[in-house]
Amino acid sequence: MQLFPCPFCGPRSETEFHFGGDAGNHRPEGFRDVTDGEWTAYLHERNNLRGAANEIWMHMTCGEVFRMERDTVHHGIARSFALTEGDGDDRLAH
Amino acid sequence: MTRHYSALSLFKEGLAGQKGWQQAWRSPQPKPRYDILIIGGGGHGLATAYYLAKVHNIRNVAVIEKGWLGGGNTGRNTTVVRSNYFFPESTALYEMALKLYEGLGRDLNYNIMLSQRGIITLAHSEAEMEMAARTVNAMQINGTDAELFGIEDVRRVLPLLDMSPDARYPVFGGVWQGRAGTARHDAVAWGYARAADRLGVDIIQSCEVEEFLIEGGRCRGVKTSRGEIRAERVGMVIAGHSSHLAAKAGFRLPITSYALQACVSEPIKPALDTVVLSPATGTYASQSDKGELVVGGGLDRVPSYGQRGNLPMLETVISGLLEMFPSFRQLRLMRQWAGIVDVTPDSSPILGESPLPGLFLNCGWGTGGFKAIPAGGTLLANLLATGKHHDVSRPFDLDRFARGRLIDEAAGSGIAH
Repeated sequence: MQLFPCPFCGPRSETEFHFGGDAGNHRPEGFRDVTDGEWTAYLHERNNLRGAANEIWMHMTCGEVFRMERDTVHHGIARSFALTEGDGDDRLAH
Repeated sequence: MTRHYSALSLFKEGLAGQKGWQQAWRSPQPKPRYDILIIGGGGHGLATAYYLAKVHNIRNVAVIEKGWLGGGNTGRNTTVVRSNYFFPESTALYEMALKLYEGLGRDLNYNIMLSQRGIITLAHSEAEMEMAARTVNAMQINGTDAELFGIEDVRRVLPLLDMSPDARYPVFGGVWQGRAGTARHDAVAWGYARAADRLGVDIIQSCEVEEFLIEGGRCRGVKTSRGEIRAERVGMVIAGHSSHLAAKAGFRLPITSYALQACVSEPIKPALDTVVLSPATGTYASQSDKGELVVGGGLDRVPSYGQRGNLPMLETVISGLLEMFPSFRQLRLMRQWAGIVDVTPDSSPILGESPLPGLFLNCGWGTGGFKAIPAGGTLLANLLATGKHHDVSRPFDLDRFARGRLIDEAAGSGIAH
């Protein structure tokens, strides 16, 4: 059993959390301007990094969505923080 | 020197003190150039090489593997083979595999210990029973064998199942596929390796891909820990780590990697002579020829490349098993392990050319790669040899994610994705 740090509730059991995908995977703007490729990338393609990863998670108990930096090999967690904190999401895209 | 396995060769070697057996496959030095290069020496990679040599007569082929043969998911799965899928595309794919499995021992001259003991997918409510009937209809229309089991049929094949009125998971019936069963997973990899080697394929272990050689926008080979290897076409068959290598080739895949766990109990006398799967409890089990109960379940909920798994899912799986089979409660668990599976959004595999021309994909099998090995090998070999799709592999091309024609097998495949 691993503990994940919710930025609002503190360390909680991993079973309380839901994986939400890559951080910085923003919905493409503009209705007709979005190409098939951009839409496919947004909907389906994933970074799926081996090692340091930057992910969105939801703490289902409190309902908050947050960002977590985690290693996908040894499962160590570097940090987690609210989406309103940190260095802004845009630089993180892909 | 004895290479062919038969009763006669066993007898002769017995008289000669078992000293004449040859190596099952060679360990050659990598050549600088091949017609076709396969990355990944698991079941699918070795099967691809075998069918390239046998069906397409392309023998200047190498399989490179960073570890050892069958050391990844091929050696970590729960050995179940079946084709009880819902959609016609999926049934065509997995039925092709099951048919090939049925003749594989003879084809490879290697005992893969195929045991068609049947699989029962349990229905635990009236609603699930209706879905079971729908699944049986779909399977029969798609041309595979399926039978709708009532309570008495289930009692007959699963005498130890708790079917008392106060059982926590009451049973209403289930879907039966009699041709499903198990096969020895290592033997499948070793059998393909031995047969491919005999046809001239170079199998190179401890050879890790460092980067792709890309010239003129086309994949021309790979740089490995044992030097550059060039090839006209390259197949990437590396379950679990497809995204990692795709990033080196410059594209992303619709794949998330998760750990999938399995475990075995201590060996006991024969007690379960079929494969049992309960979607409601997220548990499936069979008894190995050695007597161990082999137990598996759904994916871990945390994306991971750590090949060990975690406790919450194991607890769910084991508690589901013990509620259904109270007599298994006294068993001790011997081993637990995990493999990394690459899961696609529609829980169906990806077979086809990658965004990098010359590089072909066989990945995304999720929790069900082992049962598909002969089909995955046949279809990738066809792609690599001809550059074109087989009718069965066409629906599984990477372009389905852009075209929106997904084959959503999350429910049809039987276990939670």
